[in-house]
Amino acid sequence: MKNVIFHINKVFDNRIRLGIMSVLMVNESIDFTNLKELLEVTDGNLASHIKALEQEQLIDVIKQFVGKKPNTRYVATELGKNSFRQHLNALEQLINQSK
Amino acid sequence: MKENQVIDQLATIKTMMDKSSRFVSLSGLSGFLAGVYAIVGSICTQYILDSTEIIHVSLRDKSFLLMVGIAISVCVLSIFSAYILSRRKAKKRNDQIWNSTSKRLLINFCIPLFTGGAVGISILIQGYYGLIAPITLIFYGLALIQASKYTLETLRSLGILFVVLGIIALQFPGYGLYFWTVGFGFFHIVYGLFMYWNFDRPAQQ
Repeated sequence: MKNVIFHINKVFDNRIRLGIMSVLMVNESIDFTNLKELLEVTDGNLASHIKALEQEQLIDVIKQFVGKKPNTRYVATELGKNSFRQHLNALEQLINQSK
Repeated sequence: MKENQVIDQLATIKTMMDKSSRFVSLSGLSGFLAGVYAIVGSICTQYILDSTEIIHVSLRDKSFLLMVGIAISVCVLSIFSAYILSRRKAKKRNDQIWNSTSKRLLINFCIPLFTGGAVGISILIQGYYGLIAPITLIFYGLALIQASKYTLETLRSLGILFVVLGIIALQFPGYGLYFWTVGFGFFHIVYGLFMYWNFDRPAQQ
């Protein structure tokens, strides 16, 4: 039981952050607009959660130019992916334990 | 952490993963309709074959062109139905019909499909008529297996069935129409209904 609690990551205790990490687990990268559409949140809300994840080094921000337009994409870092996987495993263990 | 919180989190995760990588609004009913069109098409084709007196239909016969026309009509009708019904399903779920997931689906479905089409046409020109039905069934199956990664996973087993059917059909040259009827007709009807029953029906409250 101790082991499981250690791996439940407080950073992920938020629907939007879970959503961001989930998307980045199954997609190479995603840009701000598509992420916003998927999660159905406001610009500001999304930006603040992205900042939080970025500060924990769970995602990376890639700023490029597509022609003349600025394009911001996000990727999950190795740390981000591993942390998320651990979180997922811990969640599943919790479910199995309470059965 | 309470159990229902954990379940909520897991559900959120799965939903977001699927929503961002799979086109979930594919209509199962359109599969059923495609099967119906195919059955009707093969009945018409069988009628044409029965009423012609020539043993081997050559490429320039009117009856051959008519059969090609039937095949093309079945395809076009199926695609059109799939588009209309999927668009309706997408609207109901507040999803988009035309976004990066559906584009990815289309591209990955079409690569094996068009390859199969090209191979089929080449075989037709070369005169290996007995291979056409099996080859098209196999490539269609492969296309479905590919597509299943970008839309409903159910398509994967349907694709495998088509491949197996095609391989069996290779042993029975001359019975292409029957194998096509079983595959494009009955398989589509069964799977279409199964998918409609499980995924498309308005939720029972």
